[in-house]
Amino acid sequence: MDLLALNPVALFATLILAATPLVLAALGELVVEKAGVLNLGVEGMMILGAITGFAAAVETGSPALGMAAGAAGGMALALLFGVMTQVLLSNQVATGLALTLFGLGLAALIGQPYTGIKPPPMPVLAVPGLSDLPVIGSMAFGYDPVVYLSFALIAAVWLFLGRTRPGLILRAIGENHDAAHALGYRVVAVRLAAIAFGGALAGLGGAYLSLVRVPQWTEGMTAGAGWIALAIVVFSGWRPWRVLLGAYVFGGVTILQLNFQALGLPVGAAWLSMTPYLVTILVLVAISADRTRTAIRAPASLGRPFAAMN
Amino acid sequence: MRFLRPLALAVAALALTAGGAFAQAKDRIKVGFVYVGPVGDFGWSYQHDQGRKAIEAALGDKVETTYVESVPEGPDAERVIRQMASSGHDLIFTTSFGYMDQTVKVAKMFPDVKFEHATGYKREPNLATYSSRFYEGRHVIGLIAGRMTTSNVIGYIASYPIPEVVQGINAAYLAAKSVNPAVQFKIIYAYTWFDPAKEADAANALIEQGADIIMQHTDSTAPVTIAEEKGVLAFGQASDMTRFGPNVHLTSIVDDWDPYYVARAQAVLDGTWTSGDVWGGINTGMVKFAPLSTRIPEDVRKLAEDAIAAISAGSLHPFTGPLNRQDGTPWLAPGEIADDATLLGLNFYVEGIEGEVPK
Amino acid sequence: MWRIEPRPEPSRAMQAVTPVLAVGLTILLGAGLFALLGKDPVAAMRILFLDPLLDPFARSEIAVKAAPLILIALGLSMGFRAGVWNIGAEGQFIMGAIAGAAVGLAFHDVQGIWLLPLMTLAGALAGWAWAMIPAILKLRFDTSEILVSLMLVYVADQFLYAMVSGPLRDPQGFNFPLSRSFHDSATLPVLIAGTRVHVGVLVALGAVAGAYVLLAHHLFGHRVRLTGDAPRAAGFEGVRAGAVVAACLGLSGALAGLAGMFEVAGPAGQLAPSLPVGYGFTAIIVAFLGRLNPFGIVAAALVMALTYIGGETAQLTLGIPAAATETFRGMMLFCLLGLDLLVRYRLRRPVAA
Repeated sequence: MDLLALNPVALFATLILAATPLVLAALGELVVEKAGVLNLGVEGMMILGAITGFAAAVETGSPALGMAAGAAGGMALALLFGVMTQVLLSNQVATGLALTLFGLGLAALIGQPYTGIKPPPMPVLAVPGLSDLPVIGSMAFGYDPVVYLSFALIAAVWLFLGRTRPGLILRAIGENHDAAHALGYRVVAVRLAAIAFGGALAGLGGAYLSLVRVPQWTEGMTAGAGWIALAIVVFSGWRPWRVLLGAYVFGGVTILQLNFQALGLPVGAAWLSMTPYLVTILVLVAISADRTRTAIRAPASLGRPFAAMN
Repeated sequence: MRFLRPLALAVAALALTAGGAFAQAKDRIKVGFVYVGPVGDFGWSYQHDQGRKAIEAALGDKVETTYVESVPEGPDAERVIRQMASSGHDLIFTTSFGYMDQTVKVAKMFPDVKFEHATGYKREPNLATYSSRFYEGRHVIGLIAGRMTTSNVIGYIASYPIPEVVQGINAAYLAAKSVNPAVQFKIIYAYTWFDPAKEADAANALIEQGADIIMQHTDSTAPVTIAEEKGVLAFGQASDMTRFGPNVHLTSIVDDWDPYYVARAQAVLDGTWTSGDVWGGINTGMVKFAPLSTRIPEDVRKLAEDAIAAISAGSLHPFTGPLNRQDGTPWLAPGEIADDATLLGLNFYVEGIEGEVPK
Repeated sequence: MWRIEPRPEPSRAMQAVTPVLAVGLTILLGAGLFALLGKDPVAAMRILFLDPLLDPFARSEIAVKAAPLILIALGLSMGFRAGVWNIGAEGQFIMGAIAGAAVGLAFHDVQGIWLLPLMTLAGALAGWAWAMIPAILKLRFDTSEILVSLMLVYVADQFLYAMVSGPLRDPQGFNFPLSRSFHDSATLPVLIAGTRVHVGVLVALGAVAGAYVLLAHHLFGHRVRLTGDAPRAAGFEGVRAGAVVAACLGLSGALAGLAGMFEVAGPAGQLAPSLPVGYGFTAIIVAFLGRLNPFGIVAAALVMALTYIGGETAQLTLGIPAAATETFRGMMLFCLLGLDLLVRYRLRRPVAA
């Protein structure tokens, strides 16, 4: 077995590619949950974004438009969820699940004419000079724009939630929506905005899958990525920068498993594939067991319906 | 580049149909197809669907074809097959190994309907099996790969550690090694027939580990697409995947079911269909190749074409001794050819391949 | 101006009517969807909903398909009433199938009528145990049972593959990841000749009766409902929330495991990686569509099964893609959840001053 055969730079690049859809989807859901809403429909929003993005990119020839369309698709589905749970006050868990099922089916339907088609390639952002630096050059630069966007978004969300007034309001609503309502904050409006944002990001993540990572459209191609994103939100303790860590752990295990095989390491593929999920459970326990931290981290109103009406 | 040998196929079909009890000849038949994946996969199911269309083209208004796609293996498959059988179909093709027991069950229930099961091994008086000697194709691409690799590392994306896949790996390796003793294979099992994301990841992993040629035994076009992106060479699978990798696609092993399907449908029309097993290869036209890329140098091209001709004529068999198993124990004596039974149950690598066949 | 005002208490009439309305609305929307796809909407609806009812074999298949949905949904509904969200029923289904299969295969060269009951016990136990993981974690660490049970679905899926390509693989199977076919003693007997109706169907019906009695007349049912509707009142009454959570998760796990065992020993006849087809998730829709009520669940499961069977025929005869019927099912849940509004709210015209 020849570990030297492993090219760490290339491995790192693949890891980033694998993690980006997860980063985007998890970040979006983080914002939604910070506002006190649990949207289990991430898988549905991601896959709808994957097909709307793919279709738009193929029809227009522009991957950028494709990404935008992916975000729009995810947002549209998210708004459906938003209206049902915030205005019609339907059960959040059930509605989220319905979103996933409906999204999967609708995406497959829309995607029928698009199987086996090649999408227009995504340009790589090469920073002249910097990208040519050995090792660091290809590790830090030379990715497509969406990767950099994902980092920018994490910073933006962190700033927004932690350092701006609207972010504070959103968090307050997430902690105690009744008190926030009494203070005059528009709970439903803020939550709808958060839900829309979450949907847009999930859709973007999905579009990244179909336009860059694979790149192809297939039914059900998200293969549970939406559920993993949900786990990553909890794993991250609802902190934006930790979302990156979670995404790498999950993306990493899959990539690692494949690389181990190629190296000739006799690790049972099935057992190795189980590990990210088991690790998530352990992390969930660790976070929950530490009661004080959980009380600070998980938004207190998460999942509870907001019933005050005017 | 077509190497059609319909004569051999006709002989095979004739052998199946001759000597059987004479069934009723019909004016019009209904032929059904059960696919395990979507016809848009441009791989396995797509090729079977091409076969279906070939039947329509050849037999015109004497035939009506139907299909159901993405049928999961298991109890659902049984219901779909049964539904076809009870709705007036005369001939049903079940195109995945995992449909085996279900096809057997339904075949027993509907003795007047003819069934054809791909890559299986259980037969009934009204259930025939058929498969293709994919390993012959692997031999040819192994030759090309061995000569064209510069890093001497060839990446192989396998699906499941089943005999058919192991045959392919062994055949490709042996051929590559015969023209390039320094060659090394890196093998990843994706544990799926069709999952573009996983296949793309596997391709990336192999490229990261130094492979400059990718071979696949999975059905999607993802590996070829990734190869194109990363600038490494690739062989497609089951259908011509050139347009997914215009600069890197060398050739694909193409499953051509058309002649077999048309022959079998015709047999049902004539009332001469009998059960049996057909394991066809290059000689019967079941294994074909996509046009060889212009990137392949003239001498390598000749090497490949000669091999194809030799296999077709029967003078070259990809598994000819002397050959040892991976653990060093002898398998084939000099000049000895592996028999079909061993190949059908092949579960070991040949000497020289690194890594183990997963349990 | 019209106002939406909350009803003093949820409308019983609406609760019963909305599922029917939801199905009706879905049919309308579905017909529109199929028309958009260029397929004849009337024919599509007929094939989806009517034709399977007319063919005796299709009818029996509806029962066969509905049975695991009913079993799982019954268990889930208990939990949902108590605010316990078991999203991992699919994983419990898989573990039950593996356990039942393992027992059956361990005795593959022995015949005896004691084997099936033993397999049944193993299946239920395995499902129960798999569900107790999120239960214990919730009780001890307050971890979300939604996420834990869901993660365990993926773990179970991988475990199935590991088992079927390792210890449970058929030694005569040419290295394919499949188990031996079950021998006679390990196969569920067919109850109606010419069909695949097995004893699991009867068990499902029995479970419905049991669930009704439990919910309506048993202290446990009372506690479940109380925990869900008024947790603080439940606390005052001495109901230990932890016990209810554990019981609900355990029960739904056991039922899902049972369904898994019936499926593998009945229609499947062997353990294969393709065994899980999503019953655990579909059952969630069934539970909601059936208003968490045992009899409603039966009706909902039958409607669901109908769309599966009808959907296959639609593929065969009209070329309607499988994805369309999936979308259809998702739409049904959406319509129901939307119409839910009518249960809790009503329209009022303001009285003129």
